[in-house]
Amino acid sequence: MRGAWLLLAPALLAGSVLLAGSQAAAQKLPEGNACIECHQGIGDPRVTPPAEKFPQDIHLAKGILCQDCHGGDPKNFDPQGSMNPAKGFIGKPKHQAIPQLCGKCHSDAAYMKKFNPTIRVDQVQEYFTSVHGKKLREGDQKVATCISCHDVHKIRAIKDQQAWTYPVKVVDTCGRCHGDAKYMQGYKVATDVVEKYKTSVHYEALTKKGDLSAPTCNVCHGNHGATPPGVDSVANVCGTCHSLTADFFNQSPHKKAFAAMGLAPCVTCHSNHDVPKPSDSMVGTDEKAVCVNCHDPKSRGYQKAAAIRKSLDELRGAVQRATAILDRAEHAGMEVSQAKFELRGASDSLLKTRATVHQFDPAAITKLSDEGVKIANKMHAKGVKALEDLTFRHRGLWISVGIILVAIVGLVLKIREIDRRQA
Amino acid sequence: MPTSLAELAKILNAWVDERIDLSGVRELIRHKVVPVHRHTVWYYFGGMTLFLFIIQVLTGILLLLYYRPSAEEAFESVQFIVTEVEFGWLIRSIHSWSANLLVATMMIHLFSVYFTQAYRKPREITWLSGMSLFGIFLFFGFSGYLLPWNELAYFATKVGTDVAGQVPVVGHLMARVLRGGDDVTGATLSRFYGFHVAILPLATTAILGLHLFLVQKQGMSVPPEIERSGQPLRTMPFVPSFLLRDLVGWLSALAVLGALAAYFPWELGVKADPFAPAPAGIRPEWYFMYMFQTLKYIPAKIGPIDGEVVGVLGFGLGGLFLLLVPFLDRKTARGEKSPLFFWIGVGIVTYIVVLSVLGYVAPGGK
Repeated sequence: MRGAWLLLAPALLAGSVLLAGSQAAAQKLPEGNACIECHQGIGDPRVTPPAEKFPQDIHLAKGILCQDCHGGDPKNFDPQGSMNPAKGFIGKPKHQAIPQLCGKCHSDAAYMKKFNPTIRVDQVQEYFTSVHGKKLREGDQKVATCISCHDVHKIRAIKDQQAWTYPVKVVDTCGRCHGDAKYMQGYKVATDVVEKYKTSVHYEALTKKGDLSAPTCNVCHGNHGATPPGVDSVANVCGTCHSLTADFFNQSPHKKAFAAMGLAPCVTCHSNHDVPKPSDSMVGTDEKAVCVNCHDPKSRGYQKAAAIRKSLDELRGAVQRATAILDRAEHAGMEVSQAKFELRGASDSLLKTRATVHQFDPAAITKLSDEGVKIANKMHAKGVKALEDLTFRHRGLWISVGIILVAIVGLVLKIREIDRRQA
Repeated sequence: MPTSLAELAKILNAWVDERIDLSGVRELIRHKVVPVHRHTVWYYFGGMTLFLFIIQVLTGILLLLYYRPSAEEAFESVQFIVTEVEFGWLIRSIHSWSANLLVATMMIHLFSVYFTQAYRKPREITWLSGMSLFGIFLFFGFSGYLLPWNELAYFATKVGTDVAGQVPVVGHLMARVLRGGDDVTGATLSRFYGFHVAILPLATTAILGLHLFLVQKQGMSVPPEIERSGQPLRTMPFVPSFLLRDLVGWLSALAVLGALAAYFPWELGVKADPFAPAPAGIRPEWYFMYMFQTLKYIPAKIGPIDGEVVGVLGFGLGGLFLLLVPFLDRKTARGEKSPLFFWIGVGIVTYIVVLSVLGYVAPGGK
């Protein structure tokens, strides 16, 4: 039972920390505000949510209240007075009016700088360049507006871990529409993208490794100006992070060939939403390799692919062998930290070689991989020597112990002889 | 021309004897005896500690040839010793293992003397010098632990010197003197190196000399219960009977040290980085573990006083009690039975063992 409590303790602790965190984020609603008091006290579930959600809203924390968006007179407790259009009351804004309503403040640089001097004020302008914004202007009532992604009455700062726009939550925010086949009926947009993205190396980096710089929907598509990247711009999108790889690709013969064939760079081999973890097996001439999708066995490209794969395999194998033997030596207690440090040179070569693959130049790749193989082999030799030293130590020990035992036996016999003489 | 080794030795002996009268030494060797009774086994631990100390001196001198005492070079120099220097790995491992065995045999020696009440009159000075050596050897261990300048040692030293800083009144000064500043830095390393290879060896030589002189002068103490039994006391000559038995123990210790060095080489770890966060699982050497664990269990505040201050004061008083035990235990001094001090000793040993074990199996606390 005690064990169970011990297991539960971290969960309870984490729970209490989270609870404390969410309580800390909640604001106290102002008193004497007709909007809040009526919406809280009316007891009708159709009108209470705004007041229930508002304590968590960033606007409340900044002193922006109901009337700042909806108009009306919050001091007047008579509904006819508080919700009087003559007092600017607009009620629930129409879907199409939301970007302008938010933009009233968020596009006003002078006003926004009072809260944050570095804050952006071009979101609404950018929004109307997006597919969402364009369709909204065309009268589409289903497309996303500000509140579709930022929530309403419970809008959180983008750095807030509970915000819908926090990197790890973005895919579900977009997925509420883009993962719903029924909702997206009528649009020529795939709805399996969310599920596909969740199998990708990017999602794994974001959610399992906690790398918040890993891309999610908005990083490639843009956020306020969301739009699918076209064939011409994909390489630029991926190259934002994978700049070295993009440079290599742009120098390669594939650049022209892909353009001529109308193939999008990057995604043709790596896919787009379900980008798998790249592996050396993607290169080469076996069935897992992507090269064989275009290159037939008689082509030069096929031979180049085989040569590139050979270089990669040699270097990877050399690094693995050296790592294994140094690990063995280290586990046996040998001091091999310097060799392990130097082996990083070979691992770095492997990384560089993998990036250089996108240049598709076997000579350049072989030159790089040979440097790595040389380092790895040198470190492997150090591992072999460490294990030989270990064997030498063990042998030396047993020989020494043997000599010491003989000396001890001799001493014991001598002691007995002396004891007998003295008895 | 001498024809055999025995003859050569005889000539040499005569040559030395002619210049320095060795008759006193010869007389001592001839007449020195060791009491034989059921507690005789404990007599060997003093000699064993001395043997391990000699190993420490020899291996320490060899390490000195390559060790460089600076924050920039210490780790690399130890790395060089264990990877590049011929048998450097053996010397370093033996030095580290021997230090630990030395503390263990010293503790056994201390408590065997305590429980056989060998501290009683006329051996009070022997006890005081032994206790001083105990303190010095613990400081040897503490200062030596930092010298490889690895991560664990760095943070353990930080914690250790923080604890020293908790001593009322002089704590802050003590911590600064130990560290050579407000924090553990390269200055601390130089300082600990100075303690480890100059100040402590000098103090040890003087106090150990006195300790050994007193042991020779007063002979081995016989436990009071054996004395009170009234039975005739058997003895054995120190040379050769006891010395040869000692030699068996020393050779066994050497074999154990070799095996430990070959199969469990002392780890070097990673180089200390003062700007890195403290790694998980920092802990002191095993012989400080009971203190470390105690401080974990003591609440942050006991009344108006900091818990750590209470802990440090407690250990200080415990040490003072042990130091002054020959003067506190009046019954033993009068030749009477002294069950109170026996049970206090049992309590101390139990406390050290239990808290040390807890330090390894229940690292939580506070």
